[in-house]
Amino acid sequence: MNLGERCRRDFPILSRIVNGHPLVYLDSAASSQKPAAVIETIQRYYETSHANVHRSIHTLGEEATEQYEGARDAVRAFIGARGREEVIFTRGTTESINLVAQAVGRTLAPGDEIVVSELEHHSNLIPWQMVCRDRGTVLRAIPLLAEGYLDLEAYARLLSPRTRVVALAHVSNVLGTINPVAQMVEQAHRVGALVLLDGAQAVPHLPVDVTALGADFYAFSGHKMLGPTGIGVLHGRREILERLEPAWGGGEMIKEVWIDHAQWNDLPWRFEPGTPPIAGAVGLHAAVEYLGKLGMGQVSAHEQALTAATMEALGRIPGVSLYGPSNPEMKGAVVAFNVDGIHPHDGAALLDQHGIAVRAGHHCAQPLMKRLGIAGTLRASFSVYSTPQDVQRLADAVATLRGEL
Amino acid sequence: MALYSNVIRDRFRRPRYRGTLERPDVSGEDVNPLCGDRVRIQANLADGRLVEGRWTGDCCAISAASADVLLEMAAGQPASTVRELTIESILERLDSDIRPSRMKCVALPLTVLQGALTNEVTP
Repeated sequence: MNLGERCRRDFPILSRIVNGHPLVYLDSAASSQKPAAVIETIQRYYETSHANVHRSIHTLGEEATEQYEGARDAVRAFIGARGREEVIFTRGTTESINLVAQAVGRTLAPGDEIVVSELEHHSNLIPWQMVCRDRGTVLRAIPLLAEGYLDLEAYARLLSPRTRVVALAHVSNVLGTINPVAQMVEQAHRVGALVLLDGAQAVPHLPVDVTALGADFYAFSGHKMLGPTGIGVLHGRREILERLEPAWGGGEMIKEVWIDHAQWNDLPWRFEPGTPPIAGAVGLHAAVEYLGKLGMGQVSAHEQALTAATMEALGRIPGVSLYGPSNPEMKGAVVAFNVDGIHPHDGAALLDQHGIAVRAGHHCAQPLMKRLGIAGTLRASFSVYSTPQDVQRLADAVATLRGEL
Repeated sequence: MALYSNVIRDRFRRPRYRGTLERPDVSGEDVNPLCGDRVRIQANLADGRLVEGRWTGDCCAISAASADVLLEMAAGQPASTVRELTIESILERLDSDIRPSRMKCVALPLTVLQGALTNEVTP
């Protein structure tokens, strides 16, 4: 039995019937499903231990704090961070990136440059556009080569002493391209730039060691890695976080407050104002344990095999175009494709009639769509519970699409 | 009711009003924020009536069919009547089980045409 078949039974939602067919869920890159272990952990937390964290001098408050901070330790170990003070909980990748854009943006001056790429998700583009609008900084974009690889020669030319920030996707949410980020971080550091990696599509699917990658900031979401919505992580290198002013103010992020000023709390709480998503963190802890037991090397091999099988099966169907690297080893767990003459939204609606859930549209990457000269694509994406049978059902249904409209 | 009725499939495959006009009196275009699809509509007017209209756009079957039945319904009608057309009247013609997530696909051509006509009378 392969990994997908073993995992499937842990995910209650996968036994659903949709439009008369057993559900085939191929939209995990948008949001993954949740194993019973995560659902039950959240329920147990609310039923037995919920209270506000950190300053509640009673049993429940202490238990909640212990569980919340325990989640931080689990995440720290899962991503290979050096210390728990480097792990900041947020609401998700988007908030993590906005936090960095706010905090680092304040240190930038007119004429400073921020480098992004043409394949970024809007969440790693718009916050930087806003910094440019507010601070007079200049946005530069690394162009794409054929098959969706970044043009690394152009990247080297874009870097200069004016470059203050490089913000890059670790794995493209559309093309699946796994960018050579370790090397790109090193190049950016040589010109003195800070680097943020958007790991939303990497942490759920690949072994990620943030210390080895060396980026100053690494952002990802809980809900794409079997955890609940509303919880995300920003990893920041301690020495960088220490010299940044907090992005936002509120309770918990302070040590002492006077009417006209305040002294900031220690890391990581300095960057966590307000009551945090406690249940979200507790659920994420369960998700990280689940993935840890499977082993991210196994997860990655399993999903890569599915990616390769999907590319092969869809590639044989007349009228189907595939996007992104043709070598599945260079890809994350997504396959973007189009069927000639079928708009992606019609394609997704018709596949839904077969009980198959895929994404359709621009995938929050409109500059990439413009670069590819298309309005959108269909996208099948995988997680630990995806199976070769899912791929077969998808391919069989895609083959019928042109006859259905 | 089918997800894609015969009306939608027919209009998608054989649109009657797809194309452009040489010297349109009014024209408009807009984007569907859901998918980035763009629909353009042109029309000629005479004596306060919409004589004929044409649409273009790389769009889904639902938007395409919506644009096509809209221009059929609007042909020969007073502009004031076209400005009062509702999405319900188009839905009735499309005869399909349109989900809430696709309602914008139906509405887009109507919004574009009515916007173009409104701009015409109140510049």
